[in-house]
Amino acid sequence: MGQQEDAREQRRTIAVLVDNEPGVLARVIGLFSGRGYNIESLTVSEVDPVAGFSRITIVTSGTSMVIEQIKAQLARLVPVHEVHDLSTEGPHIERELALIKVANRGDARIEALRIADMFRARAIDSTLESFVFELTGNPGKINAFVGLMEAIGTTEVCRGGVVAISRGSNISMVTVDGDPEDDPTQAG
Amino acid sequence: MTSATQPDTEPQTRMTGAAIVLKALQDQGVDVVFGYPGGAVLPIYDELFTTNAVRHILVRHEQGAVHAAEGYARSTGKVGVVLVTSGPGATNAVTGLTDALMDSIPIVCLTGQVPTHLIGNDAFQEADTTGITRPCTKHNYLVKSVDHLSDIMHEAFHVAARGRPGPVVIDLPKDVLFADGPYRAPSAPRRTTYRPRTVPDQDAVEQAVDLIASAERPVFYGGGGLINSGPEASRLLTEFVQMTGYPTTLTLMGLGAFPASDRRFLGMLGMHGTYEANLAMYNCDVMINIGARFDDRVTGRISDFSPRSRKIHVDIDPSSINKNVPVDVPVIGDAATVLARMIETWKRKGCRPRQDALARWWEQIDSWRARDCLAYSQDGSVIKPQHAIRRLFEKIRGRDFYITTEVGQHQMWAAQYFEFEEPNRWMTSGGLGTMGYGLPAALGVQVAHPDALVIDVAGEASFLMNIQELSTLCQYGLPVKAFIVNNQWMGMVRQWQELIHGGRYSESYTASLPDFVKLAESFGGVGLIARTADDLDDVIDEMLAVDRFVLADIRVSKEENCFPMIPSGAAHNEMLLGQDDRMEHETSDDGMVLV
Repeated sequence: MGQQEDAREQRRTIAVLVDNEPGVLARVIGLFSGRGYNIESLTVSEVDPVAGFSRITIVTSGTSMVIEQIKAQLARLVPVHEVHDLSTEGPHIERELALIKVANRGDARIEALRIADMFRARAIDSTLESFVFELTGNPGKINAFVGLMEAIGTTEVCRGGVVAISRGSNISMVTVDGDPEDDPTQAG
Repeated sequence: MTSATQPDTEPQTRMTGAAIVLKALQDQGVDVVFGYPGGAVLPIYDELFTTNAVRHILVRHEQGAVHAAEGYARSTGKVGVVLVTSGPGATNAVTGLTDALMDSIPIVCLTGQVPTHLIGNDAFQEADTTGITRPCTKHNYLVKSVDHLSDIMHEAFHVAARGRPGPVVIDLPKDVLFADGPYRAPSAPRRTTYRPRTVPDQDAVEQAVDLIASAERPVFYGGGGLINSGPEASRLLTEFVQMTGYPTTLTLMGLGAFPASDRRFLGMLGMHGTYEANLAMYNCDVMINIGARFDDRVTGRISDFSPRSRKIHVDIDPSSINKNVPVDVPVIGDAATVLARMIETWKRKGCRPRQDALARWWEQIDSWRARDCLAYSQDGSVIKPQHAIRRLFEKIRGRDFYITTEVGQHQMWAAQYFEFEEPNRWMTSGGLGTMGYGLPAALGVQVAHPDALVIDVAGEASFLMNIQELSTLCQYGLPVKAFIVNNQWMGMVRQWQELIHGGRYSESYTASLPDFVKLAESFGGVGLIARTADDLDDVIDEMLAVDRFVLADIRVSKEENCFPMIPSGAAHNEMLLGQDDRMEHETSDDGMVLV
């Protein structure tokens, strides 16, 4: 019997707090490639230079059994401090930064600016036959903007990947390590 | 490593990196290192020479060093230590490291590295050791500054031994070994992120105990986690089984965790497990998995694995839970700690097994047992391999013995016909299935237990894979007995070719084998040969009487197959019991692709 496995593929956004040390990103990526998990997006940057923590945001997809495996496998890497499944732990916000270059002429340029205004994209570079727009938003918004720009010009797209954080006042990922005397092996 | 952020209150002594390495080994209680020197680790060998701080066993190949350390670790419960040089020294160790990872064996492997300023320059004997070993270690370190060296050394032992054990590599650039740096004792406070949970959630234990008490057709299914937890786990399992009277089976890795002589022991389960163990797994209503991982050798076709049972899974590694088989009651924790809590809870709640149901279940199991699935007939003068292995066991029964194996048919026969009464007596390559494991592992066991009887039950093909270690046995006077079950075939390959590939025996026969008697003599040991069934007992007696290393070449029937067998892609209730058992169906396409 056992739990009935949910065989549907789900998209999940996972936040991982790690020691900022050489090889830690290779460990995470190697885990995903070695075990055949999907990566839709992965971003990483240092978030606490004093304690030396980086935060990795991974967007992945899989059945619930695979997602649980991914979280357990991440958690057992030695430099990993915390793993949070933002998609299931409560409401969260996802944002992505994108730079979109669109080359066009004539009326299409006016249309591009009008659309950019609606999306609150900023033109950060311009020539007489091109714009570069800076846009932030959730991935769906960026997809929509890119789709519209493709319709009115030749485009080049660079996206930064998803960053995400939980909503509300709860600080779920403390970026200062706990007391080394704490021994969670004695928990429970 | 960020340990440098901790305030350092204790007095520091300064010494070279090489001295720090040896001091840390001593402070970690290491008494022996298996290694092979080379350019990048010369400072450590120099330090060894002048201080004699740790005993060094010079192997003949780095793969042998890791397997020897595994044998040492598995027979003592301590961390095995390996010392090899950069480049080829490190890459040769990779098979051993992967083996240790798959079987959860605690190893610390020190690898030399080119000096830091040459890293990335394709220098002589440079390899990206941390890159290569990242997927085959539990963790690894590249030491870029001597300031972090002692903390990394201590943390490596902590990571290797705690939680689910495994191999840890420390890559040591040569300039770091020459540099002067501080030494901090293991007791110094340090930040380590690796703090695995060992104590279970009490609610999960209560749920598990309720389920165990409600069972009508229960089975305990124990694995290597029981061995890794230490002898107390085996003692507690035995106590719990005796309290409940439930049938118990063990995986290849778990043999010895429950006494084989106990009538509640059903034998090993899995692909070459017993009929009664596998049918008990298939038909049980409550399965109590303690320290096993639902490996594919055990489950067979996963969709038909124990379809009507509720499952309890005790494991120290949360990533083992629901990986292959969804379970009803996961319990995260150390096997001994969980078992102690379970027994305590069982007593406190006044649980009693359901005697009527249990009696019917045993009646059913005894009818399966009556099939006597391991029976064989030794008639004629040609030695049956099963007979050779069984006679060896009968000759050493009751003695202080340790068994290692190579990989293949002989390994399965040894698992079937030897009876282990206690843990840490059985060393075999389970997860990775590494041919060539047994001889160096036996070497490591003998180093740890100089006066014990250590036997490598081998096949002739596997034995040739690390045969260079005979030279090591000779050098250190290690009286390992190699019992070579010699059928001239890669027996398990031949068996699969016969059963699944239409008898097309492609490249599985060794047309040229050495004269093992002369070979033993040339390495300074004793060679014996048994050609007929009449020779067998005398050869075994002589092998056991000799106090040097022995190669016993046991010429056995060439085309014997290992049964019972669950064909690949089949379920537990589709076992083949012998040569006359036809496979009911052609192996499915899904089964063909499985190994």
